[in-house]
Amino acid sequence: MPKRIVSGIQSIGHRVIESIWRLGLASRFFILVLLKSGTSLRRFNLVIRELYFTGVLSLIIIVVSGLFVGMVLGLQGYETLQKYGSESAVGTLVALSLVRELGPVVAALLFASRAGSAITAEIGLMKATEQLAAMGMMAVDPIARVVAPRFWAGVISMPFLAAMFSVMGVFGGYLVTVVFIGVDEGSYWSQMQSAVDFRFDILNGFIKSCFFGVAVTAIAVFEGYDAPPTAEGVSGATTRTVVTSSLVILGLDFILTAFMFRGVS
Amino acid sequence: MQRTTMDLWVGLFVVMGIIALMILSLKVGNLNVYNPSQSYVITGNFENIGGLKVRAPVKSAGVVVGRVTNIQFSTETYDAVVTMSMDARFQFPKDTFASILTSGLLGEQYIGLAAGGDEAMLKAGDKIMKTNSAMVLEELIGRFLFNKAAEDDSF
Repeated sequence: MPKRIVSGIQSIGHRVIESIWRLGLASRFFILVLLKSGTSLRRFNLVIRELYFTGVLSLIIIVVSGLFVGMVLGLQGYETLQKYGSESAVGTLVALSLVRELGPVVAALLFASRAGSAITAEIGLMKATEQLAAMGMMAVDPIARVVAPRFWAGVISMPFLAAMFSVMGVFGGYLVTVVFIGVDEGSYWSQMQSAVDFRFDILNGFIKSCFFGVAVTAIAVFEGYDAPPTAEGVSGATTRTVVTSSLVILGLDFILTAFMFRGVS
Repeated sequence: MQRTTMDLWVGLFVVMGIIALMILSLKVGNLNVYNPSQSYVITGNFENIGGLKVRAPVKSAGVVVGRVTNIQFSTETYDAVVTMSMDARFQFPKDTFASILTSGLLGEQYIGLAAGGDEAMLKAGDKIMKTNSAMVLEELIGRFLFNKAAEDDSF
């Protein structure tokens, strides 16, 4: 067999083994973060500090994009529904697509690129400048002090951000269809309220956003902690955070949707 | 512990998040507190339920008085057994007539109750005796064509 083919197969095998290795490492790291989060939850002002950076500072991008997504949904929905004379159902369309899918998913994608990348870069740079090692020297556990507060802040802020995204979207749809186009206000709200169910739509959307919050922050934190301690390594880790968490969000969304909405109505 | 402006912002963030969840559940989702202790369950056998689904509303005079909680097929009578959870505020006579109706031309299907004149009321676990199946379009067209053919023959 030619040498080139052999080495090609070898490199594929190497990559597969390498990624499985990293997956195992990531799982172990995730368990470690959960085990050591007791200390950081007891010192809750560490989490509050991180909530400010991940949650509060992501607020503007979430609110503005929620508004625009809702406005576009309203416009597009109106254009299509109006052909069938059922433009009053536009409220249902906007609310259901936001609460079930777009709210959790788009908010999580934005969160991954806004806050997730920042977490990775911060932790990666701390590692590159040997701040984490210095903490270890002072008998301060870097996972409990640095990683766990960031993880919990992300997990807490994600459902809130998704809910705000959905609310702003519904408001944006209202703005375009009722205020600008002139769909009847009563039918916008009443059709929405009769179609959206608390248990099946809102609660499931909330559960989805909790899952996404855990996934995004776990990936971001791990990539930062595992980043090679060089400038190039940190930049690569930041890219990987955004790419991996986007893929995980979309894949997880499919799995969760299949579990939640199968056989319902 | 000293307070910082950061705490204020985070508090504001959490409050806004909770308000957003409240708006979603109350304004968008119309969460009506549904207390299962204040409801009673009745059943009804239907020859054909058409497109009736679990969670479909049970209406009387257009007002929602309950929900469909379960639909099963009975091998004893070979028809569908529909279980309905009714609001305890609304009591119906024993000879109430239940039929599967459609809201609008293409809308969802629901169970319509027309109250009878019996003195005795339906109790929990009772069965509605008078039922009317869903209207199935194919059957309707078939019947129409059959009648048309019969008319043509009479000439």
